[in-house]
Amino acid sequence: MKLLVNFSRKAGQKPIIAQVVKETGVLINVERAIIDSSEGEALIDIPDESCKIVKEKMASLGATVRVLEHGIILDETECVDCGACVSVCPHEVFYLDEDWVVRVREGRCVLCGRCMEACPHHALYHKEEL
Amino acid sequence: MIYTRMKKSIDLINERVRDGNARVVTADEMPGLVAELGEEEALREVDVVTTGTFGAMCSSGAFFNFGHAEPPIRMERIWLNDVEAYGGLAAVDTYIGATQQSTTREDQYGGAHVIEDFIAGKSVELRAMSRGTDCYPRRTITTDLLLEHLNQAIMCNPRNAYQRYNAAINTTDRVLHTYMGMLLPNSGNISFSGAGVLNPLSNDPKLRMIGSGVPIFLGGAQGMVVGEGTQNSPAGGFGTLMVTGNMKEMSQDYVRAATMQGYGVTLYIGVGIPIPVVDIDIVRSTAVRDEDIEVDLLDYGIPSRNRPAVRKVNYAELRSGIVEVNGEEIRTSSLSSYRKAKDVAETLKGWVEQGKMTLVLPTRPIIPETRVKPMHESVHGPRVLDIMDKRVVSIGESEEIRAAAQKLLKGETNHLPVINNNGLLVGIVTTYDISKAVANPGKATLVRDIMKKKVVTTTQDEPVDIAVQKLERHNISAMPVVDKEMHVVAMLTAIDLGKLIGGRWLK
Ligand code: SF4
Ligand code: SF4
Repeated sequence: MKLLVNFSRKAGQKPIIAQVVKETGVLINVERAIIDSSEGEALIDIPDESCKIVKEKMASLGATVRVLEHGIILDETECVDCGACVSVCPHEVFYLDEDWVVRVREGRCVLCGRCMEACPHHALYHKEEL
Repeated sequence: MIYTRMKKSIDLINERVRDGNARVVTADEMPGLVAELGEEEALREVDVVTTGTFGAMCSSGAFFNFGHAEPPIRMERIWLNDVEAYGGLAAVDTYIGATQQSTTREDQYGGAHVIEDFIAGKSVELRAMSRGTDCYPRRTITTDLLLEHLNQAIMCNPRNAYQRYNAAINTTDRVLHTYMGMLLPNSGNISFSGAGVLNPLSNDPKLRMIGSGVPIFLGGAQGMVVGEGTQNSPAGGFGTLMVTGNMKEMSQDYVRAATMQGYGVTLYIGVGIPIPVVDIDIVRSTAVRDEDIEVDLLDYGIPSRNRPAVRKVNYAELRSGIVEVNGEEIRTSSLSSYRKAKDVAETLKGWVEQGKMTLVLPTRPIIPETRVKPMHESVHGPRVLDIMDKRVVSIGESEEIRAAAQKLLKGETNHLPVINNNGLLVGIVTTYDISKAVANPGKATLVRDIMKKKVVTTTQDEPVDIAVQKLERHNISAMPVVDKEMHVVAMLTAIDLGKLIGGRWLK
């Protein structure tokens, strides 16, 4: 299960993800993180059963947490199966099947947004705001 | 053994087409068939090979005739959904180009979208202006139109169906947005376009069966080859075609507007040509495989017409998804759709099998020896040499920061190139770097301690437009002009750019 975590970094505060790992014992896989001096956003992957405890812990440390239900979504009426998205995705979400139709492995997606920029046909979108 | 040069007449082929007995295959099936049957048997067996391609074809557009209004207008400036169309055709004719962008929605809507919207049955707003004449008194008009309201909507594309297209890679350290799509930095991906084995011209590179008057599939309609396309260069393997077809018979399945991020609007269109198999030469040319069609892999990081080729690649490698470059495996992406190209070739196959399309030999040939020329430039664009400032104030790397401050205070410059003992460029310091060093006095005392070592430079013969791109991209206002050995021969600053008359070469 993927969670999008936003947090502010106050002086002296401990790194929030490390703290949650330490206190809950849940293994957190950080798939994408943008962190600057005052705030941060991280996309993390955790086992489904640990969702509640991680969410609560993070919230108690002042972060806002949203569950990402979907990865990138392909609009089949707009897609022409060119494949422009295939090589730009860092997580190999897209591939062409034996009939040259583009397939999506949604679960691998970390919503970096790169493919949306590369698609000439506006066929890719996501439900969550980034 | 007696060698007989077998032939099959176009009349015989058309007789079979009309009787519904023609053996038609798509171009991707032909290599296997020829390998299995042999060339002579393939000639006897196969009557028609259908080809297809579906990709971005920027040089496309359509002629429209709107019919006369009451009172009538001779339209001089014309917009369709805020996309300007050509106003030099008199009265109520116009031509809209696919890449023309909307005045209100920029690269999110353009001529290609107008064409797709018309085909999709959507209503399009026409706005036009005129100065008014005795015979055409009306000065403005605004009306909503459907495709069926137009007298004619004739797609006429000056340059379609490129025989093949060079593949693209990017060796720079930043993302490039090109008409070849998104190119990741540090050779992160390869982008290519073209249907390879299915491409019409690759199946008849000598242009024996493809020429003026030949019937084709265009955007789902039965269209026709007008003749050679613009920039046609079959001698080098880069032939193009000018094609036409009735937009009213087209389908959105094969006509799609698109936006290449950072480049602009373009039109994806499906084009297919049936090739009659009249002799052994045509059997051979239609037996072409992806492996046989080679292109250069060009470095789009070099902003010049003569981009260096990294290596040669063929369509089989490109389509495999991975190409090796200098020992590294790099993922590929196609911009054109192979699935749609196959769909075009198969639809065309169906038309010929059902006798809906008969074959025609070219009424006028396209000359296969044609080669494209670059632009004749009578006036060369400005080069850095023309506007650079030759008064260079520089500083040695082992001089004190104070000395640099003094030089900056005296001179009119904010940038000091830093040179080593041999007089070669090793860094740069700006007024900002110096003030920072002075404001926070630390251990740094020498210029070399505070200079920026990564210096963006230009050369005397670099075109000013390229130099300006560098300044903009790095968000800087000056850069040293260096020779081959890295001697600083001049400086180029934003102020120098003002020397260009009226800034006419600039954005
Ligand atoms: S959003 Fe990023 S990770 Fe997800 S499919 Fe697109 S490129 Fe891949
Ligand atoms: S780039 Fe867009 S249109 Fe092309 S295959 Fe991917 S989703 Fe489809």
